[in-house]
Amino acid sequence: MTRQYRHNLNGSTLDKGAPQLEVDDVRLRFGGVTALADVSLTVHQGDIHAIIGPNGAGKTSLLNCISGLYRPQKGHIKLHEGEAAHVLTRARPSRIARWGVARSFQNIELFKHISVLDNLMLGRHVHMRHSVWQSFLFFGPARRREIAHRELVEEVIDFLEIQAVRNAHVGALPYGIQKRVEVGRALCLQPAVLLLDEPMAGMNTEEKEDMARFILDVNDLAGVTVVLIEHDMEVVMDISDVVSVLDFGRQITTGPPHEVKANPEVITAYLGEEQAS
Amino acid sequence: METFIQLTVTGLANGAILALAALGFVIIFKATGVINFAQGYFLLVGAYVVWAGIVDFGMHWSLAILVALVVAVLVALTTERFVLRPLVGENVISVIMVTIGLAFILQGIVQFIWGTEPRSMPAFIPRGTVAVLGVPLSLNRIWAMLLAGAILAALTLFFQRSRHGIAMRAVADDQQAAMVVGISVRRVFALAWALAAVSAVFAGIIVANLFGVSGEVAVFGLLVFPVVILGGLDSVPGAMIAGAIIGLLITFTAGYVGGGLQQVIPYVVLVLILLFRPYGLFGEVRIERV
Repeated sequence: MTRQYRHNLNGSTLDKGAPQLEVDDVRLRFGGVTALADVSLTVHQGDIHAIIGPNGAGKTSLLNCISGLYRPQKGHIKLHEGEAAHVLTRARPSRIARWGVARSFQNIELFKHISVLDNLMLGRHVHMRHSVWQSFLFFGPARRREIAHRELVEEVIDFLEIQAVRNAHVGALPYGIQKRVEVGRALCLQPAVLLLDEPMAGMNTEEKEDMARFILDVNDLAGVTVVLIEHDMEVVMDISDVVSVLDFGRQITTGPPHEVKANPEVITAYLGEEQAS
Repeated sequence: METFIQLTVTGLANGAILALAALGFVIIFKATGVINFAQGYFLLVGAYVVWAGIVDFGMHWSLAILVALVVAVLVALTTERFVLRPLVGENVISVIMVTIGLAFILQGIVQFIWGTEPRSMPAFIPRGTVAVLGVPLSLNRIWAMLLAGAILAALTLFFQRSRHGIAMRAVADDQQAAMVVGISVRRVFALAWALAAVSAVFAGIIVANLFGVSGEVAVFGLLVFPVVILGGLDSVPGAMIAGAIIGLLITFTAGYVGGGLQQVIPYVVLVLILLFRPYGLFGEVRIERV
């Protein structure tokens, strides 16, 4: 962030380093398949917490449990906010978004039929308080607030360097830019925790570098906690503070990148039994 | 020439009312994916409640309309909450069957309370004729057109521009994404049904003013189907344009051909559109690659 922005993108009031997101003994089953087997981990405010693992390890399932799209059969997920803690495993996704959990998806889930600007304005939905009646009148409070929200949205546009496509229809944009818009929509929520599901998948090196820079800026300068699923190990090891490794729904380890890299179990999970021995 | 202008005005008036009724149908389909066969019967409920309010209870017409709006919105919300929500994720045919059942229930209740004999709506829309450029036109048609047009414009602006309208479109576009930006899908569903009820009540009142209060109101409401099929099930501008087309088609057929053909012609259009352009003029073409 080269410029001074007026709005703070970080929605959390916790001190840096305080436990923010607690995943406690979460088990998720689909029929006979165990997607998550008693996973527990804690994300601390201000960290970039990467979740890695081979395909089918349960990474996206974990993110879906956190944002309320899946409901685990066992265990709790708590989000700390000041003295209070919200139990995410009992709430609907829209409520969880209101509490400050924003996310992007592996397969982009943008509103394809409307403009980039409208997509980002929808990211402000949780902060818009006017009623249906005021909406109908439009002039007055609804309009005033809309202008204030637009300011923040413009800052996010500036920050993600997507000024040129502001009015474009999302469906018509290149993949890399769509990914960026999706992160932008999540940022417009002023999230306490930002969940990114493979934000760099399918990107070329240059696009990856841009995305890595945005993630670092959001985290470093705005102080937003980031939970990141990513397959590019180089990026993960470079930018994360903490790495958790999942394999077949089990958590193998959690720790700083260099320790995780050296963990024999992690090497086995990635390379297979024989090569490791 | 005189006949042509008169038929055009009548056709556009009918078209505007049709578009209004169709708007509710389109909003429900767009936001919730439900094909609501009962839409026409919401017109009936609106017309009868207003009639009863004015005649049986001696209310001022504006108050009667307000009561009808409240009643219709309550019926719509109850239906959404207790009938359709439990069916989320069920197969399309079951949902369609349920809305057809709802149509019969609404009709049954209306007939049970008020019987089947036609009544006339006390006039609160001015009647008589007015000469425009030397052509006598019936005043109530012009009023009907203006009223329907104004309500249509208000609802459309709300749907296209307001925060709640955009939230509804977001849900229509991608439910999962809508949930994670904090849009409550349940509220959006409720709002869609409420808006549909509002548009149906206004359409019903205007129809009843022109043609009287009877089961015919629901028959007029059935014309919603040719309109939405022609315009595209999920297109708001499509509903308006198709409303005008069907409205004009009916009056021109009645005026120049006659012989009852006007009652059949909208459904001929429906069949032709389904054969040659099943997504309608403006509907989104869904291509599924398997």
